[in-house]
Amino acid sequence: MPGLITMDDLTNEEIISILDDAERLLPIAYGERYLPLLRGRILGNLFFEPSTRTRMSFETAMKRLGGDVINLGDVKNSSVVKGETLYDTIQMIDGYSDIIAMRHPRQGAAQYAADACKVPILNGGDGAGHHPTQTMLDLFTIRQAHGKLENLRVVLAGDLRYGRTAHSLSHALVRFGCKVIFASPKSLSMPTEIIADIVRQGGDVEETEDLLSEINQADVIYMTRIQKERFPDEDEYLKVADAYKLHARDLDDAKSEMIIMHPLPRVEEIHPSVDETRYARYFQQAFNGVVTRMSLMCWLLGVGVPGDVIAASEVIA
Amino acid sequence: MSVNEQSMRRVTAIRNGTVIDHVPGGMSLTVLKMLGIGGVMSNPVSLLMNVPSKKLVSKDIIKVEDRELNQNELDRLALVAPEASVSIIRAYSVAEKLTINLSDEMVNVARCAFSNCITSNSREPLPHRLLIMGRDPLEIRCHYCGKLQEINDLVERLI
Repeated sequence: MPGLITMDDLTNEEIISILDDAERLLPIAYGERYLPLLRGRILGNLFFEPSTRTRMSFETAMKRLGGDVINLGDVKNSSVVKGETLYDTIQMIDGYSDIIAMRHPRQGAAQYAADACKVPILNGGDGAGHHPTQTMLDLFTIRQAHGKLENLRVVLAGDLRYGRTAHSLSHALVRFGCKVIFASPKSLSMPTEIIADIVRQGGDVEETEDLLSEINQADVIYMTRIQKERFPDEDEYLKVADAYKLHARDLDDAKSEMIIMHPLPRVEEIHPSVDETRYARYFQQAFNGVVTRMSLMCWLLGVGVPGDVIAASEVIA
Repeated sequence: MSVNEQSMRRVTAIRNGTVIDHVPGGMSLTVLKMLGIGGVMSNPVSLLMNVPSKKLVSKDIIKVEDRELNQNELDRLALVAPEASVSIIRAYSVAEKLTINLSDEMVNVARCAFSNCITSNSREPLPHRLLIMGRDPLEIRCHYCGKLQEINDLVERLI
């Protein structure tokens, strides 16, 4: 069954169309108006790994559109701990729901689930693999700020080796002709196979270890969390992590329309002083997960979003 | 007598069965493993290893008696012997000539080498699928996790 496993499942035209639908759905996502486009539909939330934003925004998205949600709940209380295969788990949820959102620690799990079931799968992260619904909300946020996706200079910074959000986003950005700069410590650099893929696509990419020198030219700085557990000792971690922290004082020469994004949760890589600047966009970005996932579920379930959402919806008293 | 004819006559001609020629030198044991041929209950097999070859410098030849390998079985060999030529022998004569085809996908030929791939759980029942993304040079990716695969790693993970 078709689903969204990687960004390769969408053409550029489909991406734009889904983002356009999402934009029209904003009043529904804000809870200002009610439009039950997915009434009678059930979303199966299958999160085999911890998730706050992705799981809750999927749930909010479905409920805002009048649908319902079932959750796997804590994996520790499910049949997974008894040794149930992903195949068997998916067979169950396939029968219980109309669409499935899934996160799994193993890479390739989303494609595997899509092959094993009849309802569409939305990949909410598979190991260090892909996270395309995050990419869609990232693209929505970038377009919201810049009015376009084309030909921007985007700096992806931090843990690019294990950060699946950075993998999916970089693929998508080069498809729109963006220049992508990978700023990371050598030990956490973008995997060579991903760079090779991007170059083969004709993408314009650069690698650097110096984040701060990229700030003044950037249209977007996309920060990711450097995980302490990736380092053999704390000294090594501190040495690297310090170079990838943004403070408000670092932004004096930034372009006025530049935005700072982060898939969250952040730890220390963005200082709270940045929150008050015009550049901070990460909380808006997290909210955009709701509206983008609303649009994606409509698209995958073949439900059209009305051209005039205001006329089609009702005010919530 | 050509080099090829000399090589072929190092072992007796077979009455019925399959001859696989132009296997890269030293790879015949891997080929037998991929075809599930071996062990005490196997058909008679003759092997020639590391004989001179104009095409490959060094090649192996395998003769399997009383068994006609089918196209599906042979296509598995594309991973290690893409240029092998195959003859089906009936009554000492070549009855059919087959070539090995490298299809766009190999199903249940080898397991993905990436340790965190979903298929590394041996209890997961769906087939192991490897996609051929490029042929020269050979580029293979796992259908599920998308990781690039090294041929040597796959040979160690044959099914």
